[in-house]
Amino acid sequence: MAEALLEVRDLKVHFPTDDGVVKAVDGISFRVDRGETLGVVGESGSGKSVSFLTVMQLITRKHATLEGEILFRGQDVLKLPPEEVRKLRGAGMGMVFQDPMTSLHPLFKIGFQIVEALRAHQDISKQEALGQAVEMLRRVGIPKPEERVNQYPHEFSGGMRQRAMIAMALSLNPDLLIADEPTTALDVTVQAQILDLLDRLKEEFNAAIVIITHDLGVVAEHCDEIQVMYAGKIVETGNARDIYYRAHHPYTWGLLQSIPRMSQLRTERLQPIQGLPPSLIFVPPGCSFHPRCPHRFEPCDKEVPPLLPSDGHHASACHLPLKEKERIFAEEVAARA
Amino acid sequence: MGRYIIRRSLWVMLVLLIITLVTFSIFYLLPNVKPELAFAGKQPTKELIEQVKKQFGLDKPIPVQYGLFVKKLFLGDQFGWPGFGFSFNTRAPIREEIFDRLGITVMLSLGGALLWLLIGIPIGIVSALKRGTKVDRAAMGFALFGVSMPVFWLALLFLFIFWKTLKIAPGTGYVPFSDNPVEWASHLVMPWIVLSLLFAAFYARMLRGSMIETMSEDYIRTARAKGLTERRVIFRHGVRSSITPVVTQFGLDMGGLLGGAIVTESVFNLRGLGSYSIGAVRDGDLPVILAVTVFTAFFITIFNLFVDIAYAYLDPRVRYS
Repeated sequence: MAEALLEVRDLKVHFPTDDGVVKAVDGISFRVDRGETLGVVGESGSGKSVSFLTVMQLITRKHATLEGEILFRGQDVLKLPPEEVRKLRGAGMGMVFQDPMTSLHPLFKIGFQIVEALRAHQDISKQEALGQAVEMLRRVGIPKPEERVNQYPHEFSGGMRQRAMIAMALSLNPDLLIADEPTTALDVTVQAQILDLLDRLKEEFNAAIVIITHDLGVVAEHCDEIQVMYAGKIVETGNARDIYYRAHHPYTWGLLQSIPRMSQLRTERLQPIQGLPPSLIFVPPGCSFHPRCPHRFEPCDKEVPPLLPSDGHHASACHLPLKEKERIFAEEVAARA
Repeated sequence: MGRYIIRRSLWVMLVLLIITLVTFSIFYLLPNVKPELAFAGKQPTKELIEQVKKQFGLDKPIPVQYGLFVKKLFLGDQFGWPGFGFSFNTRAPIREEIFDRLGITVMLSLGGALLWLLIGIPIGIVSALKRGTKVDRAAMGFALFGVSMPVFWLALLFLFIFWKTLKIAPGTGYVPFSDNPVEWASHLVMPWIVLSLLFAAFYARMLRGSMIETMSEDYIRTARAKGLTERRVIFRHGVRSSITPVVTQFGLDMGGLLGGAIVTESVFNLRGLGSYSIGAVRDGDLPVILAVTVFTAFFITIFNLFVDIAYAYLDPRVRYS
């Protein structure tokens, strides 16, 4: 296999707090290849954002205990000196955040904020950078970019701000774009536009994209690969078809069943996953999902299930035998979904 | 913006008018304040009291007195504009006295302000960035000290140490700049330091708080994610947002101080507006009290207006129309 664009090996991010160590990310490994879209799905507190903030080195050893390796273009980001990390941010990997209302600086013009990113990495004049900023705004579909570039964030609507964020993140043509819940704060109609835009830009810029979301429904059509996270671990990973049509982990089933569907009768209720996400300080022994799992049996509260592949690529971390997983999915999940 | 400034300026006039009314009422309507008695000698005769009343214009009905006061204030009196009348105590025109003393107060305030910004702002930024470290604790210890020390006590302490004991500073008093610039500066150094310590401490704490809040904002994370240098993230993005409350406070403090730094001026024997007003209060010199109050109120309202205008430039989300 060719060198991955991003390869994370056994990453652990532990935050020491007064109440104990918060194991936000507890040993995850995955890779992202060029031109690929990876969806990372999980509830709040599953460690999905934290792991990518660590990849961006927005969470550093100053904040948390870090273990493992984050290889970006073959270099371990965790071993780079701060100045090298800075050069990588923006130029090598860009990030789009959840809330475009708070993620843009309210006191600076949109154009200035893009120009600033460009000039942090390239030796170009302000005029040149401003020209590029206008061009970027045009490419993300902002009408009248020559005027918009001189406006402040508060003069933009939510969707337009997120487009501006994307323009900013892509302005340096990074190899990897990390979008952390890029549509959560937006109207439903705008959500689809933003995701389509990401699809298109991935082709244009030949970048790899990571979409972090809590909504399995959102990433359905837009991701090649999907990994499901729970309590700081990856519990299931596979391509989009694996996750949608033959999911193997009870948590993934829960997520699938909680997606509302048009075909659903009005009287039918959504099935939420029972219980609450676990404390990341006192993670349940064995499989961390077992207290909420309707299919738990004898070994679940004692042994941690390894993330085992069932057919080469598709892998899940669950003690149920493969036949049983397939039966339950077919009878209980697919039938309803 | 132009229209806004004009409208606000008219408001300033109205506020000043209301302030004169309130001040006038308080001092002239209080039952036990009888200026004519104070200035008619030890054993006043009825005729003498009447004479004093007439001389001070106190024989007219109070609304008329007030009307005359306002008229002179806005249109000027025999001593010039603005007309503050004359002191009951010295019979000297107040206007001249105020403008003489204003220079000292302005120099004291501006010098002090420069000093406290130079001390307070860096301390605030550094302790916010080094939150929880020894540097932060030392800085906040200093701030607590600065905020807690009464100015009169600090001023006396300074005089005791640097003037009486070490003999490296001149004593109290004031030397005009035109007489001797070196003496001028050396006489003002201690008042500047004493005046600025309290404010520096206060500003350091304020900026620290606002900086800590700003640095946890999403847009600071965005700035880092763009690959900006940490220096730029802090100074361009962080300080820019955190400085707004400091600007507000600075405007209000300057307005207040230009009305007279009462304690500092008194201890260091600087004949500014502060010592003028304290003397007037002690002597019950009503026209002077009125004049100084109006003057102070004028500075405060004007600086309030400056702050609001500065806001429009500092924060594009604030637009006045």
